[in-house]
Amino acid sequence: MSGSPLPTLALLFTELSMLAIGGANALVPEMQRQVQAEGWMQPSEFAALFALAQASPGPNMLVVTLVGWQVAGFSGALTATAAFIVPSSILTYVVAGVWQRFREARWRRVVQAGLTPVTVGLILAAGVLLCRAAVSDVPTLLLSLGTAAILLATGLHPLWLLAAGAALGAAGLL
Amino acid sequence: MPDSSPATAPVPATAPPPSLPVLFGSFLSVGLLGFGGVLPLARRMIVDQRRWLSAAEFTDTLSLCQFLPGANICNVAVTLGGRWHGPAGSVTALCGLLAAPIAVVITLGAVYLRWRGEPVVAHAFAGLSAAASGLVLSTGVRIASPIRNRPRAIAVTAATVAALVLLRLPLFVVLILLVPISIALNRRQA
Repeated sequence: MSGSPLPTLALLFTELSMLAIGGANALVPEMQRQVQAEGWMQPSEFAALFALAQASPGPNMLVVTLVGWQVAGFSGALTATAAFIVPSSILTYVVAGVWQRFREARWRRVVQAGLTPVTVGLILAAGVLLCRAAVSDVPTLLLSLGTAAILLATGLHPLWLLAAGAALGAAGLL
Repeated sequence: MPDSSPATAPVPATAPPPSLPVLFGSFLSVGLLGFGGVLPLARRMIVDQRRWLSAAEFTDTLSLCQFLPGANICNVAVTLGGRWHGPAGSVTALCGLLAAPIAVVITLGAVYLRWRGEPVVAHAFAGLSAAASGLVLSTGVRIASPIRNRPRAIAVTAATVAALVLLRLPLFVVLILLVPISIALNRRQA
Protein backbone atom coordinates (compact mmCIF):
# COMPACT_ATOMS: atom_id res chain seq x y z
CA MET A 1 0.00 0.00 0.00
CA SER A 2 1.31 3.47 -0.83
CA GLY A 3 0.64 6.73 0.96
CA SER A 4 -1.31 7.38 4.14
CA PRO A 5 -4.08 4.91 5.03
CA LEU A 6 -6.09 7.69 6.74
CA PRO A 7 -8.28 8.65 3.75
CA THR A 8 -9.10 4.98 3.16
CA LEU A 9 -9.98 4.57 6.86
CA ALA A 10 -12.18 7.68 6.78
CA LEU A 11 -14.02 6.58 3.66
CA LEU A 12 -14.44 2.98 4.79
CA PHE A 13 -15.85 3.77 8.23
CA THR A 14 -18.15 6.55 6.99
CA GLU A 15 -19.54 4.07 4.46
CA LEU A 16 -19.85 1.38 7.15
CA SER A 17 -21.70 3.68 9.56
CA MET A 18 -24.26 4.46 6.88
CA LEU A 19 -24.94 0.73 6.46
CA ALA A 20 -25.29 0.11 10.22
CA ILE A 21 -28.96 -0.71 10.46
CA GLY A 22 -28.70 -3.31 13.20
CA GLY A 23 -26.11 -1.81 15.52
CA ALA A 24 -22.34 -2.21 15.40
CA ASN A 25 -22.27 -6.04 15.61
CA ALA A 26 -24.22 -6.26 12.36
CA LEU A 27 -21.24 -4.61 10.66
CA VAL A 28 -18.76 -7.30 11.72
CA PRO A 29 -19.02 -9.41 8.51
CA GLU A 30 -18.37 -6.37 6.33
CA MET A 31 -15.64 -4.95 8.58
CA GLN A 32 -13.84 -8.30 8.62
CA ARG A 33 -14.13 -8.58 4.83
CA GLN A 34 -12.83 -5.04 4.24
CA VAL A 35 -9.83 -5.14 6.61
CA GLN A 36 -8.78 -8.41 5.01
CA ALA A 37 -9.26 -7.02 1.48
CA GLU A 38 -7.13 -3.98 2.39
CA GLY A 39 -4.43 -6.30 3.69
CA TRP A 40 -4.61 -4.70 7.14
CA MET A 41 -5.09 -7.84 9.21
CA GLN A 42 -6.06 -11.51 9.26
CA PRO A 43 -9.52 -12.66 10.45
CA SER A 44 -7.97 -14.00 13.68
CA GLU A 45 -6.41 -10.60 14.48
CA PHE A 46 -9.73 -8.93 13.78
CA ALA A 47 -11.45 -11.42 16.09
CA ALA A 48 -8.95 -10.55 18.84
CA LEU A 49 -9.57 -6.80 18.45
CA PHE A 50 -13.31 -7.40 18.42
CA ALA A 51 -13.02 -9.46 21.62
CA LEU A 52 -11.02 -6.67 23.22
CA ALA A 53 -13.75 -4.15 22.40
CA GLN A 54 -16.36 -6.53 23.85
CA ALA A 55 -14.39 -6.87 27.07
CA SER A 56 -13.99 -3.09 27.43
CA PRO A 57 -16.63 -0.76 28.86
CA GLY A 58 -18.67 1.37 26.51
CA PRO A 59 -20.46 0.88 23.21
CA ASN A 60 -19.33 -2.20 21.24
CA MET A 61 -18.70 -0.01 18.19
CA LEU A 62 -15.26 0.62 19.72
CA VAL A 63 -13.82 -2.16 17.56
CA VAL A 64 -13.78 0.65 14.98
CA THR A 65 -11.33 2.60 17.15
CA LEU A 66 -9.12 -0.47 17.55
CA VAL A 67 -9.02 -1.24 13.82
CA GLY A 68 -7.97 2.38 13.20
CA TRP A 69 -5.30 2.09 15.92
CA GLN A 70 -3.94 -1.13 14.47
CA VAL A 71 -3.75 0.36 10.96
CA ALA A 72 -2.34 3.82 11.65
CA GLY A 73 -1.77 4.34 15.40
CA PHE A 74 -3.34 7.21 17.30
CA SER A 75 -4.32 9.27 14.25
CA GLY A 76 -5.85 6.14 12.72
CA ALA A 77 -7.92 5.52 15.86
CA LEU A 78 -9.22 9.11 15.84
CA THR A 79 -9.92 9.08 12.09
CA ALA A 80 -11.82 5.79 12.14
CA THR A 81 -13.87 6.76 15.22
CA ALA A 82 -14.75 10.22 13.88
CA ALA A 83 -15.61 8.84 10.44
CA PHE A 84 -17.88 6.27 12.04
CA ILE A 85 -19.65 8.68 14.40
CA VAL A 86 -19.81 12.19 12.95
CA PRO A 87 -21.75 11.71 9.67
CA SER A 88 -24.32 9.35 11.21
CA SER A 89 -24.71 11.68 14.22
CA ILE A 90 -25.43 14.65 11.97
CA LEU A 91 -28.00 12.59 10.11
CA THR A 92 -29.58 11.51 13.41
CA TYR A 93 -29.64 15.10 14.67
CA VAL A 94 -31.46 16.31 11.56
CA VAL A 95 -33.93 13.43 11.36
CA ALA A 96 -34.72 13.45 15.10
CA GLY A 97 -36.10 16.97 14.65
CA VAL A 98 -38.75 15.85 12.17
CA TRP A 99 -39.31 12.38 13.65
CA GLN A 100 -42.55 13.16 15.48
CA ARG A 101 -44.22 13.82 12.16
CA PHE A 102 -44.03 10.27 10.83
CA ARG A 103 -43.46 8.03 13.85
CA GLU A 104 -46.92 6.50 13.47
CA ALA A 105 -46.65 6.23 9.68
CA ARG A 106 -47.49 2.80 8.35
CA TRP A 107 -44.57 2.76 5.90
CA ARG A 108 -42.18 3.01 8.85
CA ARG A 109 -43.61 -0.13 10.49
CA VAL A 110 -43.55 -1.94 7.15
CA VAL A 111 -39.87 -1.09 6.66
CA GLN A 112 -39.05 -2.06 10.26
CA ALA A 113 -40.78 -5.44 9.87
CA GLY A 114 -38.70 -6.06 6.76
CA LEU A 115 -35.43 -4.97 8.36
CA THR A 116 -35.70 -7.24 11.41
CA PRO A 117 -35.04 -10.60 9.64
CA VAL A 118 -32.08 -9.07 7.79
CA THR A 119 -30.66 -7.68 11.04
CA VAL A 120 -30.96 -11.09 12.69
CA GLY A 121 -29.08 -12.58 9.74
CA LEU A 122 -26.34 -9.95 10.02
CA ILE A 123 -25.73 -10.71 13.71
CA LEU A 124 -25.80 -14.48 13.19
CA ALA A 125 -23.34 -14.12 10.29
CA ALA A 126 -21.12 -12.01 12.55
CA GLY A 127 -21.19 -14.80 15.15
CA VAL A 128 -20.36 -17.49 12.59
CA LEU A 129 -17.51 -15.50 11.02
CA LEU A 130 -15.99 -14.55 14.38
CA CYS A 131 -16.33 -18.16 15.49
CA ARG A 132 -14.57 -19.37 12.36
CA ALA A 133 -11.76 -16.85 12.91
CA ALA A 134 -11.35 -17.52 16.64
CA VAL A 135 -11.78 -21.29 16.70
CA SER A 136 -8.62 -23.22 15.84
CA ASP A 137 -9.24 -26.58 17.55
CA VAL A 138 -11.75 -28.60 19.57
CA PRO A 139 -11.19 -26.80 22.93
CA THR A 140 -11.72 -23.31 21.40
CA LEU A 141 -14.81 -24.62 19.57
CA LEU A 142 -16.20 -25.94 22.85
CA LEU A 143 -15.42 -22.62 24.54
CA SER A 144 -17.24 -20.65 21.84
CA LEU A 145 -20.35 -22.85 21.73
CA GLY A 146 -20.31 -23.32 25.52
CA THR A 147 -20.24 -19.54 26.03
CA ALA A 148 -23.22 -19.13 23.69
CA ALA A 149 -25.14 -21.92 25.45
CA ILE A 150 -24.44 -20.60 28.96
CA LEU A 151 -25.47 -17.06 27.98
CA LEU A 152 -28.71 -18.33 26.45
CA ALA A 153 -29.52 -20.58 29.40
CA THR A 154 -28.60 -18.24 32.26
CA GLY A 155 -28.70 -14.55 33.08
CA LEU A 156 -24.94 -14.50 33.73
CA HIS A 157 -23.16 -11.27 32.78
CA PRO A 158 -21.13 -11.76 29.55
CA LEU A 159 -18.06 -10.22 31.18
CA TRP A 160 -17.65 -13.29 33.45
CA LEU A 161 -17.53 -15.60 30.45
CA LEU A 162 -15.08 -13.36 28.57
CA ALA A 163 -12.86 -13.33 31.67
CA ALA A 164 -13.17 -17.10 32.00
CA GLY A 165 -12.20 -17.54 28.35
CA ALA A 166 -9.12 -15.34 28.75
CA ALA A 167 -8.17 -17.14 31.98
CA LEU A 168 -8.53 -20.60 30.41
CA GLY A 169 -6.36 -19.44 27.52
CA ALA A 170 -3.68 -17.84 29.73
CA ALA A 171 -3.56 -21.00 31.86
CA GLY A 172 -2.62 -22.96 28.75
CA LEU A 173 -5.79 -25.05 28.78
CA LEU A 174 -6.80 -24.29 25.19
CA MET B 1 -50.93 1.99 37.06
CA PRO B 2 -52.28 4.46 34.50
CA ASP B 3 -51.33 8.06 35.06
CA SER B 4 -54.87 9.12 36.00
CA SER B 5 -54.23 10.63 39.44
CA PRO B 6 -51.19 12.91 39.14
CA ALA B 7 -52.18 14.79 42.32
CA THR B 8 -51.34 11.78 44.49
CA ALA B 9 -48.08 10.96 42.69
CA PRO B 10 -45.16 11.74 45.01
CA VAL B 11 -42.76 12.32 42.11
CA PRO B 12 -43.47 13.92 38.75
CA ALA B 13 -43.40 11.62 35.71
CA THR B 14 -40.35 13.33 34.30
CA ALA B 15 -37.70 15.66 35.71
CA PRO B 16 -36.58 18.95 34.10
CA PRO B 17 -33.87 18.59 31.41
CA PRO B 18 -30.30 18.31 32.72
CA SER B 19 -27.68 21.04 32.43
CA LEU B 20 -24.71 20.44 30.12
CA PRO B 21 -22.30 19.40 32.93
CA VAL B 22 -24.88 16.96 34.35
CA LEU B 23 -25.50 15.61 30.86
CA PHE B 24 -21.77 15.06 30.34
CA GLY B 25 -21.31 13.44 33.76
CA SER B 26 -24.23 11.06 33.44
CA PHE B 27 -23.27 9.82 29.98
CA LEU B 28 -19.66 9.52 31.19
CA SER B 29 -20.75 7.16 33.98
CA VAL B 30 -22.91 5.13 31.60
CA GLY B 31 -20.00 4.77 29.18
CA LEU B 32 -17.56 3.82 31.91
CA LEU B 33 -19.83 1.29 33.67
CA GLY B 34 -21.44 -0.17 30.56
CA PHE B 35 -19.74 -3.52 30.15
CA GLY B 36 -21.21 -5.81 27.52
CA GLY B 37 -23.75 -3.35 26.18
CA VAL B 38 -24.48 0.22 27.21
CA LEU B 39 -28.12 0.39 26.22
CA PRO B 40 -29.71 -1.29 29.29
CA LEU B 41 -27.63 0.90 31.60
CA ALA B 42 -28.52 4.05 29.66
CA ARG B 43 -32.21 3.19 29.86
CA ARG B 44 -32.01 2.69 33.63
CA MET B 45 -30.19 6.00 34.09
CA ILE B 46 -32.46 8.04 31.79
CA VAL B 47 -35.85 6.53 32.70
CA ASP B 48 -35.60 5.04 36.20
CA GLN B 49 -32.97 7.11 37.98
CA ARG B 50 -32.95 10.60 36.44
CA ARG B 51 -36.52 10.49 35.10
CA TRP B 52 -35.63 12.61 32.08
CA LEU B 53 -37.93 10.53 29.87
CA SER B 54 -40.91 8.28 30.50
CA ALA B 55 -40.52 4.61 29.50
CA ALA B 56 -42.71 5.21 26.42
CA GLU B 57 -40.68 8.26 25.36
CA PHE B 58 -37.46 6.28 25.71
CA THR B 59 -38.80 3.41 23.60
CA ASP B 60 -39.92 5.88 20.97
CA THR B 61 -36.49 7.56 20.90
CA LEU B 62 -34.73 4.20 20.76
CA SER B 63 -36.83 2.95 17.87
CA LEU B 64 -35.84 6.04 15.90
CA CYS B 65 -32.18 5.50 16.77
CA GLN B 66 -32.29 1.83 15.74
CA PHE B 67 -33.92 2.84 12.49
CA LEU B 68 -31.19 5.35 11.60
CA PRO B 69 -27.68 4.29 10.56
CA GLY B 70 -24.83 4.42 13.09
CA ALA B 71 -24.32 3.04 16.58
CA ASN B 72 -27.68 2.98 18.40
CA ILE B 73 -26.47 4.28 21.75
CA CYS B 74 -24.53 7.12 20.09
CA ASN B 75 -27.70 8.10 18.25
CA VAL B 76 -29.60 8.12 21.56
CA ALA B 77 -27.00 10.49 23.05
CA VAL B 78 -27.19 12.76 19.98
CA THR B 79 -31.01 12.81 19.99
CA LEU B 80 -31.44 13.52 23.71
CA GLY B 81 -28.60 16.03 23.94
CA GLY B 82 -29.97 17.82 20.90
CA ARG B 83 -33.53 17.84 22.22
CA TRP B 84 -32.40 19.57 25.42
CA HIS B 85 -29.54 21.83 24.30
CA GLY B 86 -29.27 21.81 20.50
CA PRO B 87 -25.96 20.91 18.82
CA ALA B 88 -23.96 21.69 22.00
CA GLY B 89 -26.06 19.15 23.89
CA SER B 90 -25.50 16.48 21.23
CA VAL B 91 -21.73 17.00 21.29
CA THR B 92 -21.66 17.05 25.10
CA ALA B 93 -23.62 13.80 25.48
CA LEU B 94 -21.61 12.04 22.77
CA CYS B 95 -18.24 13.13 24.23
CA GLY B 96 -19.37 12.05 27.70
CA LEU B 97 -20.44 8.66 26.39
CA LEU B 98 -17.25 7.96 24.42
CA ALA B 99 -14.38 9.71 26.25
CA ALA B 100 -13.62 7.07 28.87
CA PRO B 101 -14.32 3.95 26.74
CA ILE B 102 -12.06 5.22 23.93
CA ALA B 103 -9.24 5.85 26.40
CA VAL B 104 -9.67 2.38 27.93
CA VAL B 105 -9.90 0.56 24.63
CA ILE B 106 -6.84 2.33 23.18
CA THR B 107 -4.84 1.49 26.31
CA LEU B 108 -5.86 -2.18 26.13
CA GLY B 109 -5.23 -2.21 22.38
CA ALA B 110 -1.73 -0.82 22.87
CA VAL B 111 -1.02 -3.49 25.50
CA TYR B 112 -2.28 -6.20 23.13
CA LEU B 113 -0.27 -4.97 20.14
CA ARG B 114 2.86 -4.57 22.28
CA TRP B 115 2.78 -7.98 23.97
CA ARG B 116 0.83 -10.22 21.63
CA GLY B 117 4.04 -12.09 20.82
CA GLU B 118 4.18 -13.34 24.42
CA PRO B 119 2.69 -16.85 24.62
CA VAL B 120 0.57 -16.08 27.71
CA VAL B 121 -0.97 -12.99 26.09
CA ALA B 122 -1.54 -14.80 22.79
CA HIS B 123 -3.23 -17.71 24.59
CA ALA B 124 -5.37 -15.39 26.70
CA PHE B 125 -6.54 -13.63 23.55
CA ALA B 126 -7.28 -16.95 21.86
CA GLY B 127 -9.62 -17.77 24.76
CA LEU B 128 -11.08 -14.27 24.87
CA SER B 129 -11.77 -14.31 21.11
CA ALA B 130 -13.49 -17.70 21.27
CA ALA B 131 -15.69 -16.58 24.18
CA ALA B 132 -16.53 -13.30 22.41
CA SER B 133 -17.60 -15.18 19.27
CA GLY B 134 -19.92 -17.25 21.47
CA LEU B 135 -21.33 -14.03 22.92
CA VAL B 136 -22.22 -12.75 19.45
CA LEU B 137 -23.76 -16.11 18.51
CA SER B 138 -25.95 -15.99 21.62
CA THR B 139 -27.03 -12.43 20.77
CA GLY B 140 -28.02 -13.58 17.29
CA VAL B 141 -30.06 -16.49 18.63
CA ARG B 142 -31.73 -14.24 21.21
CA ILE B 143 -32.80 -11.52 18.79
CA ALA B 144 -34.04 -14.23 16.42
CA SER B 145 -36.77 -15.26 18.89
CA PRO B 146 -39.47 -12.84 17.57
CA ILE B 147 -39.21 -14.36 14.08
CA ARG B 148 -39.01 -18.05 15.03
CA ASN B 149 -42.59 -18.79 13.93
CA ARG B 150 -42.41 -16.80 10.71
CA PRO B 151 -41.10 -18.95 7.83
CA ARG B 152 -40.73 -15.99 5.45
CA ALA B 153 -38.63 -14.06 7.93
CA ILE B 154 -36.52 -17.15 8.66
CA ALA B 155 -35.91 -17.58 4.93
CA VAL B 156 -34.66 -13.98 4.71
CA THR B 157 -32.42 -14.50 7.75
CA ALA B 158 -30.97 -17.69 6.24
CA ALA B 159 -30.38 -15.94 2.91
CA THR B 160 -28.59 -13.08 4.73
CA VAL B 161 -26.29 -15.49 6.58
CA ALA B 162 -25.55 -17.46 3.40
CA ALA B 163 -24.81 -14.30 1.39
CA LEU B 164 -22.36 -13.02 4.01
CA VAL B 165 -20.72 -16.25 5.20
CA LEU B 166 -20.72 -18.53 2.14
CA LEU B 167 -20.71 -16.05 -0.74
CA ARG B 168 -18.82 -13.30 1.18
CA LEU B 169 -20.86 -10.64 -0.63
CA PRO B 170 -20.33 -7.00 0.40
CA LEU B 171 -22.85 -5.74 2.97
CA PHE B 172 -24.03 -3.03 0.59
CA VAL B 173 -24.99 -5.63 -2.02
CA VAL B 174 -26.72 -7.81 0.57
CA LEU B 175 -28.81 -4.90 1.86
CA ILE B 176 -29.76 -3.65 -1.62
CA LEU B 177 -30.88 -7.15 -2.64
CA LEU B 178 -32.48 -8.50 0.52
CA VAL B 179 -34.07 -5.50 2.28
CA PRO B 180 -36.64 -4.83 -0.52
CA ILE B 181 -37.39 -8.57 -0.78
CA SER B 182 -37.76 -8.80 2.99
CA ILE B 183 -40.06 -5.77 3.12
CA ALA B 184 -42.25 -7.26 0.39
CA LEU B 185 -42.38 -10.69 2.06
CA ASN B 186 -42.99 -9.42 5.60
CA ARG B 187 -45.33 -6.49 5.04
CA ARG B 188 -48.25 -8.33 6.64
CA GLN B 189 -46.33 -8.45 9.92
CA ALA B 190 -46.27 -4.64 10.21
